[in-house]
Amino acid sequence: MTPEILAALVAARRKRQPAVLATRLPDGAQRLLAAPFATDGLAQAAVAALHQQQSRTASLADGIWLLEVHAPPPRLFVIGAVHIAQVLVPVAAAVGFTVTVIDPRQAFATAERFPEAALSVEWPDEAFDALAPDRQTAVVALSHDPKLDDPALDRALRSEAFYIGALGSRKNHAERLRRLADLGHDAMTLARIHGPAGLAIGAVTAPEIALSIAAELVAAWRGSPLARRPRPE
Amino acid sequence: MPTTDATDVLATAAAWLAEGDSIALAVVTATWGSSPCPVGSRMAIGASGRMAGSVSAGCVEGAVARAAGEVIASGEPRLLAFGVSDDQAWGAGLACGGKIEVFVEKLA
Repeated sequence: MTPEILAALVAARRKRQPAVLATRLPDGAQRLLAAPFATDGLAQAAVAALHQQQSRTASLADGIWLLEVHAPPPRLFVIGAVHIAQVLVPVAAAVGFTVTVIDPRQAFATAERFPEAALSVEWPDEAFDALAPDRQTAVVALSHDPKLDDPALDRALRSEAFYIGALGSRKNHAERLRRLADLGHDAMTLARIHGPAGLAIGAVTAPEIALSIAAELVAAWRGSPLARRPRPE
Repeated sequence: MPTTDATDVLATAAAWLAEGDSIALAVVTATWGSSPCPVGSRMAIGASGRMAGSVSAGCVEGAVARAAGEVIASGEPRLLAFGVSDDQAWGAGLACGGKIEVFVEKLA
């Protein structure tokens, strides 16, 4: 690999731009492929690998190529710098998420409490406008405070976020759905919210709940049926 | 979603190169059976002896590092095969019974 190709790969990551490094085996000829993609066979095979988010080899007319997908890592936005977040953040970071904790209460959102996360002390609506959630983004509302959770969930529902979760009892969740419906979200859209967030592992304590949410995040990212949402009636 | 992201390993390699180290880069090109590191998993090896990333969660890293030394010296890339049937060739069988192929090239 040339230092130039390596530098281009690292730069693409910094800009969260997906790229595919193609290496011919065994002679090591290389091409870095990124948008806008060419129309030749190698570029189109790279597009397919990128779509499936999976590195693999492809047999083409000029040999066997390793197609190495360098997609930006999924992001996790956590609303509420609360106790559960302190357990969820390091677990999510270890699994591979790039984590941002959003909480305007500066006494809670500190680097000391969240060494693995970026911190935003803006209000969630402003933070979301700046961070621009995309299809590789998960959003988890943990604050229990509608002033923080509701605007975050509203913005998340207007994005392509692959996972939206919110903490709270079923009664509180039903009230939350009514408030979000008043903001113009229909039943199909509201059904995207995992509420209460987390896989049903019988979690009781804050760390257990954090673990159940982390497991559901992985299930959603990997397309496991465990994270599927029921259709609204 | 590997714990050691392949792009991060490459960024580490870029930093080592900037420090003047000679670097070999390894990548998993194929796996059969159980293998903890999927295709695309990356490992960087410096001539100074340091390593980042992983291609097998510990089973063949030693053999890859030895091959990396030869690749840094010769500049010629190599495609290595590891598995139950190849443990004689590389002295590195996989306890899990899986097979992997690893491509090693010089960063230059």
